[in-house]
Amino acid sequence: MAFDYAPAPESRAVVDIAPSYGLFIDGEFQEAADGRVFKTVAPASEEVLSEVAHASEADVDRAVRAARRAFGPWSALPGTERAKYLFRIARIIQERSRELAVLESLDNGKPIRESRDTDLPLTAAHFFYYAGWADKLSHAGFGPNPRPLGVAGQIIPWNFPLMMLAWKIAPALATGNTVVLKPAETTPLSALFFADVCRQAGLPRGVVNILTGDGSTGAALVAHPDVNKVAFTGSTEVGRQIARTVAGTDKRLTLELGGKAANIVFDDAPIDQAVEGVVNGIFFNQGHVCCAGSRLLVQESVADELLDALKRRMATLRVGDPLDKNTDVGAINSAEQLARITALAEAGEAEGAERWAPACDLPSTGYWFAPTLFTGVTQAHRIAREEIFGPVLSVLTFRTPAEAVEKANNTPYGLSAGIWTEKGSRSLWMASKLRAGIVWSNTFNKFDPTSPFGGYKESGYGREGGRHGLEAYLAPAGPQGDRAGTTSPEGDR
Amino acid sequence: MSTVDRLSVLKTYKLFVGGKFPRSESGRVYEVTDAKGAWLANAPLSSRKDARDAVVAARKVFGPWSGATAYNRGQILYRVAEMLEGRREQFAAEVAAADGVSAKKAAARVDAAIDRWVWYAGWSDKVAQVAGAANPVAGPYFNLSTPEPTGVVAVLAPTDSAFLGLVSVIAPAIVTGNTVVVVASERAPLPALSLGEVLATSDLPGGVVNILSGRAAELGPPLAAHQDVNAIDLAGVAGELAVELERAAADNLKRVLRPQPGDTAKGDHWLADPGTERMLSLLETKTVWHPMGV
Amino acid sequence: MRTLRYRIEKVRRFTGVTGRYARRYARLVTMPTTVPAYGDEAARRLASLADVTASDGALRRFLHGLPGVDAVGLDARAATLGTRSIKTSAKAYAIDLAISMVDLTTLEGADTPGKVRALGTKGVRPGDGAPPVAAICVYPDMVATARQAVAGSGVKVASVATAFPAGRAALPVKLADTRDAVAAGADEIDMVIDRGAFLSGRYMEVFEEIRAVKEACARPAGASSSDAAHLKVIFETGELQTYDNVRRASWLAMLAGADFIKTSTGKVAVNATPPVTLLMLEAVRDFHATTGVQVGVKPAGGIRTTKDAVKYLVMVNETLGERWLSADWFRFGASSLLNDLLMQRQKLSTGRYSGPDYVTVD
Repeated sequence: MAFDYAPAPESRAVVDIAPSYGLFIDGEFQEAADGRVFKTVAPASEEVLSEVAHASEADVDRAVRAARRAFGPWSALPGTERAKYLFRIARIIQERSRELAVLESLDNGKPIRESRDTDLPLTAAHFFYYAGWADKLSHAGFGPNPRPLGVAGQIIPWNFPLMMLAWKIAPALATGNTVVLKPAETTPLSALFFADVCRQAGLPRGVVNILTGDGSTGAALVAHPDVNKVAFTGSTEVGRQIARTVAGTDKRLTLELGGKAANIVFDDAPIDQAVEGVVNGIFFNQGHVCCAGSRLLVQESVADELLDALKRRMATLRVGDPLDKNTDVGAINSAEQLARITALAEAGEAEGAERWAPACDLPSTGYWFAPTLFTGVTQAHRIAREEIFGPVLSVLTFRTPAEAVEKANNTPYGLSAGIWTEKGSRSLWMASKLRAGIVWSNTFNKFDPTSPFGGYKESGYGREGGRHGLEAYLAPAGPQGDRAGTTSPEGDR
Repeated sequence: MSTVDRLSVLKTYKLFVGGKFPRSESGRVYEVTDAKGAWLANAPLSSRKDARDAVVAARKVFGPWSGATAYNRGQILYRVAEMLEGRREQFAAEVAAADGVSAKKAAARVDAAIDRWVWYAGWSDKVAQVAGAANPVAGPYFNLSTPEPTGVVAVLAPTDSAFLGLVSVIAPAIVTGNTVVVVASERAPLPALSLGEVLATSDLPGGVVNILSGRAAELGPPLAAHQDVNAIDLAGVAGELAVELERAAADNLKRVLRPQPGDTAKGDHWLADPGTERMLSLLETKTVWHPMGV
Repeated sequence: MRTLRYRIEKVRRFTGVTGRYARRYARLVTMPTTVPAYGDEAARRLASLADVTASDGALRRFLHGLPGVDAVGLDARAATLGTRSIKTSAKAYAIDLAISMVDLTTLEGADTPGKVRALGTKGVRPGDGAPPVAAICVYPDMVATARQAVAGSGVKVASVATAFPAGRAALPVKLADTRDAVAAGADEIDMVIDRGAFLSGRYMEVFEEIRAVKEACARPAGASSSDAAHLKVIFETGELQTYDNVRRASWLAMLAGADFIKTSTGKVAVNATPPVTLLMLEAVRDFHATTGVQVGVKPAGGIRTTKDAVKYLVMVNETLGERWLSADWFRFGASSLLNDLLMQRQKLSTGRYSGPDYVTVD
């Protein structure tokens, strides 16, 4: 008799989802001016979870005005007071993390194990970390009395809805800015629940405003003349549009965009941990990760061995119900994303790469894609160049360290990279050569609020996390550290 | 006996690209005059192709220059100051003509420019300690953030401070390992072209600084749109052109240093303490994680 | 790079082995079928790797050529497997499986024949329809008593030997200790390696000692080699200091003919841990892929709760699979674990929480 794990579903009952949600503006839920709504579905079942308001330009204007009104008093608060609000938020998120984890898994499709063990702890930690900065900004290396920018318009993606919210809101509030945040169209619920966390924390009205909607809402927010700062995480294509939109304005801009990270395995790697790292690198969160290790570069002399081990390991991945505590790989977030992954995988086959996936039963409803790897991939294949944003790994080989560096860097992106070797000097040499904002050596997909995150090249500019993450929300220091003016932003990076 | 005034030897001003002094591939030149309209020299009128060649040169040397030790880069920048110190009079004269200021003011600007090289020279091996970080992550990992140069930077130099302004935008870019393609002040390019001669004798590897004279409106757009340029400093442009260039720069997500009020102003704006902003704006932060375990 | 290549080449030249790592020469020494570590076929297969153990130098190069272990990554993988949620029918299955894998152990100076008999009785019939345990594990002088207590039940008698737990005695003494236990009827011998020799790099000495003990496990005159007592080799992983050492010790013991590799004596501060056990499971997996020889794993010491035991079974399931999910290939060295398994079993069948009064105190 085999050891079959019985279903171990996390209870849905811990979270109450209302049949409909409005826009959170000026501390209150309000209907969209034009009454437009849209549905959000559970990608694992296609069940409609709720109906949420769709913000139009008029709603964006209302929210920005609310944020502007709140900016004066909020930025004038002593840092210690702002800190305490953020600490409160961190603690409430910890208290309500079960509820939020279930909600996140329902709306996003990610396994509850990940939302419970990764998203929620990191979300709370991010608020806790930036809370402590609020009253220490003079010591952060940005001049003696750094000033906030004003109203921040923030747009976040659907892959880590709550964690991305934390990465945006926590540093913005700590530095004294106020916020209008737009969650992704397919994952609005945890941001709307965050509005309730703000209520419980007693956050002054207008400091955080949440607008649900599609790309048009985001575009209106970016274009709003009274927004001082735009922060966006999402695709490189949309990032380009935003950069064009803010050109010629005084708006500060930070962008966290796509990636096509190389995960480089040398023949002296700790092989079992490398296999885990490769699996974690590409199948974590269904591969819906901008820094996913989507290109495996393996040294020829160890390629067969590693691939055998990788396939063996992939065969143990449990794909299915996101709420089952034993699920490793959940649902693809949307039909649209599934179509994109499917199309790119088909292109991989059509271009002659060899496709492999372990046998796995996929549920009949919802959006699913089996963990997949392609061998025989070259730099010229689309699946080696384009971001798939799904559980698809392209395997390439190399002979020498120099070749590994060349292949790894041969991409317009530059977000992250992985190195697997037991030789310290080679690891450091590789780390210095890779043009990427995050280099994981003998590990992958690790995140921490203290650790700056962000890309080189077309992966965007600016850093989130750590002391570096404050910079995006503070007015630049002029000569002699004078930061009085907010109207003369120098370039962002 | 009548004495004949000695006829001076005029200088043919040339571009500085890849460590060499080519003429514009287009064969074009334009007249450069002083503030009162008197002819000073002909300057090469660079073309898009000159800009392209300059980017190739800058890219080629980016690896070696960014890979050089910070100490080495610091010494080379200091060497530039040493070389300039010996040619103060020449530059003071060129600056007086270029900026249209008195000899005294011009000398002060040259001195400030020399001192600026010294200031930035010292930053080479300190910036990582100021802009880097050891991050106390909540787990058994060694985690370090270090600044790295952004890459190839296109610089549209300030128009009205032909030398001090120019040095103030080149030095902060290259001290950290970037390489630059500079479009000199269109109206007053001669101090920039002369600077090329100084750089060529300062142990600076060819291609780290490439200096073009010509029209910002002609050279800016191809540089802003160039897919192998990583950042653009718009100090010397304003108005519609600045917006157009920033928009074009979005194509490959170039880092953009927007023009600040004052960058293009006449007067002594560039004499002010430069701070670290411009230098820090042309850096990327790389964060490396490594597990700690036996 | 050069150093590494040089090392591999050197191992090749000295040992005739074509790669530094099992999977690589698995391709050349393909073993179509799986056999246990005892018997003539296993001996033949191990003999085919004789080049690896031909000299101290060859053995050392081989063991140090095994891939390294990243401690943080190993810990993380074990922790993730520890989050598996085993409920209802899966839990019932796991509890009975775990009971059947227990080496019910008493290794105290104060052990009495009465206690050993009680343990035997309990091991044979844990109660309420629970399956018998795998073995009763005792000191050599209690083997005969244990043998009587489990007679005819199928429950094995295991004996620690070789100057357990410190292993600090001369080889002849260790071998006499072993022969004594075998003669008294032990089905299984749990030996300890000489950690001092291992940590000082005298691998060949450890290898030879295991081989000698394995020979001492043979039944006297006439019995076939498959009737020999099975040998479990205890590393005392808590004293080996690094995971790299645990992987090397695992290969060393398997090359020397261990039937089982076992983490600990239960007598030191750090006993079985999930990552150490996971690492040994991986070594067993790789050894099997190389030789076709199947070796068992026994974590021992510190596993006291059903929850812990289930975590280990999950690791076995997801690292080695079904083929190892029986008492033939996986054991728990434990004393108090059985009671917790029985209480959890009662809870599962009745819906009530049980209490210590409803299981026997050893």
